Formats: sequence, C-alpha cells, structure tokens
Amino acid sequence: MVNRILVGAHYGLKDWVIQRATAIIMALYTVIFFAVVLVVGPDSFAAWRGIFANGFMKFATFLCFVSLFYHAWIGIRDIWMDYIKPDGLRLLLMIATAAALVGYAGWAVQILWRI
Amino acid sequence: MAEMTLKKKRPKNLDLMTIRLPLPGILSILHRVSGAVLFLLLPILLWLFESSLTSAESFAVVKSIAAHPLVKLILLGLIWLYLHHFCAGIRYLLLDLHKGIDLESARLSSKIVFAVSIVLTLLIGVKVLW
Repeated sequence: MVNRILVGAHYGLKDWVIQRATAIIMALYTVIFFAVVLVVGPDSFAAWRGIFANGFMKFATFLCFVSLFYHAWIGIRDIWMDYIKPDGLRLLLMIATAAALVGYAGWAVQILWRI
Repeated sequence: MAEMTLKKKRPKNLDLMTIRLPLPGILSILHRVSGAVLFLLLPILLWLFESSLTSAESFAVVKSIAAHPLVKLILLGLIWLYLHHFCAGIRYLLLDLHKGIDLESARLSSKIVFAVSIVLTLLIGVKVLW
C-alpha cells in the first residue's frame, strides 16, 4: 500500500495533456489577436471595443481566458508542489490559487459579455 | 516522500552558488518565473482589459496610464516575459514530440528562443507602445 498524501503529485497524464492543449489554444489565439490588431489598428475606443464585440473574437477570447486559467492552475500548482514542503501551507496556497482563478474566470465572462 | 522509497541516497549538488546554469537551464527557470509573474499580475491585467472596454472615458484613462515612459518600460518587460514563455513553450512542445532532444540541438533551440523572443518583443513593443 502506497502511503499517499492529500497534496501529493497524483494528478498524472490528464493535466499534462491539458497543459499542452491549453498552450496550443493560447498560442493560436495570440497569433489571431495580433493579426486582428495589425489589420484593425484599434487606436480609438470604438475600434478596440469592436474587436471583442465580434462574435468569433468574443468566443475565441473567452476560450483563451479559460485556457489561460486552467494552464495557470497546473503551472502554479506545480510550483507549490516543488517548493512548498509543509502539507498544510501547500494545500492553503493551492486552494487560494484555485479560488483566485475561478474568480478571474467569472470576471472575464463579465468583461466580455458586457460589451 | 521520495527519500523513503529510494533504496540508497543518490549524490546531488543543488548548491545554486556553484552551479553554472547552461542556456537551456536559464530558459527553463525563466519559463517558470515568467509564468509565475504573469499569474501574479493577472488581476492588474484583467483590470486594465476591463477598463479599456468599459467606456470611452476609462479607455482614455488606460491609454494615458500606458503613455507614461516608466509604464511603457514595464509593459515592454511584460511583453518580453509573455513572448519568452510563448517561444520557450513552443520549444517544449517540440521536445515533447522528440524533436531536437540531443544536446546540440537543444542548446541551439534555446539560443533561437532567446533571439526570437527578444526580436519579437522589440518589434511588437515598438508597434504597440511607441
């Protein structure tokens, strides 16, 4: 019987794949975003807002945000697991990280769907 | 935990003062540091994004904040952190596919990552900030 701990590294392949999938989504979005900015040249509020009022860009931006927050969760959790040894503190930091990221996701929805 | 399952202790040298990190190692720790810094700045970046999209007035406020020379320098640094994370991440995706895993190509690709991310930072920074 393996003596497992609550905040140990028992996450495995799924997160490994998700970190890479979200990275590819964000990389593609980055290229699309810079292409749009180059074409539109948004130097006014109306033009800048217009980019995210577009249905495709709203969807793509939201997808990128969700990818970013999941990607950040895995990356920051790995940092806590590498450097923070006391179990209680590690768990606390993990919960704080997850809570912040869930909050950011709600915030991102609010920003995008108010446009 | 790991020590309990190991049959014998392996020698290790983790004295950061005596390790001379090769370029792929510097790339690696910068990948982690850039990710962590960008994570910590998320609330500020989201706030700037929100303000830029709320009204013409708040858009103008963000624009005037970004016009300050010191803020421009910070934003240039952030663009570099993002692009380093981006380029180093693509290198890691290629390594995952077993592309360029021998020592020589790994060293070469880390040089390419630094060169490309710095050049892109200057191009995008000049285009967006100045």
